[in-house]
Amino acid sequence: MSTATTTRNADPLTAGQLPGYTTWVALAGSLLVAGMIDASLLGGFDPGTTAFLGAVIFLPVAYLVARVVQGRRAAADRLATNLVTGAFLLALLPLLSLLWETLSQGLPRFDVTLFTWSMRNVIGDGGGAAHALYGTLYVTGIATLISVPIGLMTAIYLVEYGRGALARGITFFVDVMTGIPSIVAGLFAYALMAIVFGPGTINGFAGSLALSVLMIPIVVRATEELLRIVPNELREASYALGVPKWRTITSVVLPTAVSGIVSGVILSIARIIGETAPLMIAAGFTNSINTNPFANPMMTLPVFVYDQYAHPGVDRIFYNERAWAGALTLIVLVMVLNLLGRFIANRFSPKTGR
Amino acid sequence: MATVTQSTQEVTPSPSPERPGGPGRPLRRLGDRVFSGLSTGSGVAILVILAAVAGFLLMQAFPALTTSPEVLQAQGYGPFLSWILPFAWGTVWASFWALLMAVPVSIGIALFISHYAPRRLAAGLGYVIDLLAAVPSVVFGLWGSIVLAPAVQPLYLWLNTYLGWIPFFAGQPSGTGRTLLTAAIVLAVMILPIITSLSREVFLQTPMLHEEAALALGATRWEMITMAVLPFARAGIISAVMLGLGRALGETMAVAMVLSGAAVVHFQILTSQNPNTIAAVIAQNFPEAYGLKTNQLIAGGLVLFVITLLVNAGARLIISRYKEFSGAN
Repeated sequence: MSTATTTRNADPLTAGQLPGYTTWVALAGSLLVAGMIDASLLGGFDPGTTAFLGAVIFLPVAYLVARVVQGRRAAADRLATNLVTGAFLLALLPLLSLLWETLSQGLPRFDVTLFTWSMRNVIGDGGGAAHALYGTLYVTGIATLISVPIGLMTAIYLVEYGRGALARGITFFVDVMTGIPSIVAGLFAYALMAIVFGPGTINGFAGSLALSVLMIPIVVRATEELLRIVPNELREASYALGVPKWRTITSVVLPTAVSGIVSGVILSIARIIGETAPLMIAAGFTNSINTNPFANPMMTLPVFVYDQYAHPGVDRIFYNERAWAGALTLIVLVMVLNLLGRFIANRFSPKTGR
Repeated sequence: MATVTQSTQEVTPSPSPERPGGPGRPLRRLGDRVFSGLSTGSGVAILVILAAVAGFLLMQAFPALTTSPEVLQAQGYGPFLSWILPFAWGTVWASFWALLMAVPVSIGIALFISHYAPRRLAAGLGYVIDLLAAVPSVVFGLWGSIVLAPAVQPLYLWLNTYLGWIPFFAGQPSGTGRTLLTAAIVLAVMILPIITSLSREVFLQTPMLHEEAALALGATRWEMITMAVLPFARAGIISAVMLGLGRALGETMAVAMVLSGAAVVHFQILTSQNPNTIAAVIAQNFPEAYGLKTNQLIAGGLVLFVITLLVNAGARLIISRYKEFSGAN
């Protein structure tokens, strides 16, 4: 490296600079040394330990090299760059590990039985999550039916009508509501049902109520943002033609923002479809298909995953396999909803002309 | 909501063609009244729901708070305060470790996406981090207890052997790896995306002129960030961290599935005796609870609700103050 810098000293623009490949050379060297230490001194090569050791060696080495050649400030800059990049790579680790494990452990039971069988009278191998899929469909569907009108109308109020203290208060409390712990929403639904219908009333509708508490603020946030970017010229043009305010909203503002609203609703469904804790409390556990959301417990997919993991029977492996398969189904569902939402937002968004 | 609409309709039977309030006032049509009533009602409904959450929880928690300690003792629950305290400690302690790990990493990621990554890649990389937020918490719990815990167990043994003189790492290390630190790691991964995305937004709002001025004076990229970006973003980072804290305090499934917690208060994070969190203790006990136990767990939920409400409201206040006083633009 010192030879590279001395030969380049002729060029005043690059004098005292490290060549671009320094980082890669230092990284490869550090990993090599770390691998050798790991294999010889720590007993056996292990990729995780090697990567960790390599990072521990690489950071000071890169700093010192830069310090000697370029000086203190450039060395600090290099260290910061390496740390910031490292933070990003570090965050990818759990994501990749989680996706990989879910795929590899979930695929063995990701079969037709999973979607056609319930867990009724199933002990050990076999069985599936059909009852949980029905439950998730009902509970999430009803929650959407409750949340979307309230959320959408609130967003319209905040954008089109809201002035003064009430609007500020609603904005503030919608923000606060996004922070309600999901389990508290479940306890609320349970408490409501216990007071109105008597203690121990657990059914799918209670689960929907719990999810609505979590979903309404998400819908408000998403749609409010969309309504605010509808150009004011459109509203003014409509008023100028003598169109009343409510007709302006329903036939000018909402159609302009409809693709964003639809995608916002889909994304918020994706956010709540994986909620576990509130449904455990409000909708309960069952092994059978229940298609009546107003009576008896209703299983849902996240609760199914938890149940299989937390209450295994004999031959734990079958229960774990079903848990992973359920987790895979859940992740696929969430990803499909996310992609669908983003696709609609991109594909059908109005051209604003700028 | 519906009652509001009906009452406004009853007051005004039909819209008259001439303007009722004289020429100065705009015409108020029936549709307008219905629509503004409906939308205002929805807004008010949100406030009502929030009040109802607090109200119904309070009503159901009441028996556990007012029953005399002797009766509670006889049923084996103990007085409420001494029951909740260990779990409140566990909640705070686990969230503390989660924040300790998540905050530096997520600020690093946010800087990477906003100031280091190539422009064309930045949006895509942001989406990758958002993927973490999309993973359901029950899947995180499954991953944490089946995959992560065995994987980090050797590290815990190492920490215990060589750094055991630090009180946190002392004690008999757990053989399964399902410790408070594992739960905190899972929590850290779960709050990473929220802290990252909020700080990234703030970093991107740094006035371009400030950054260019710093660079023009000869600052390196890191000096530019410490002089222009971080001071500008300080309030934003604080509120992002507080929102992450709110999420960590209330997170249930990850902790409930990783920890088999107990009602203990201590600082050790590698042993098999771990303080449980409020949310996890509710999730683990509620399905089998009956009678007063249910009320007690709901009272625990009320405590959690109040704590997270305070943390979140504080974060939102900081954000709104910051919006008013920021010197941007």
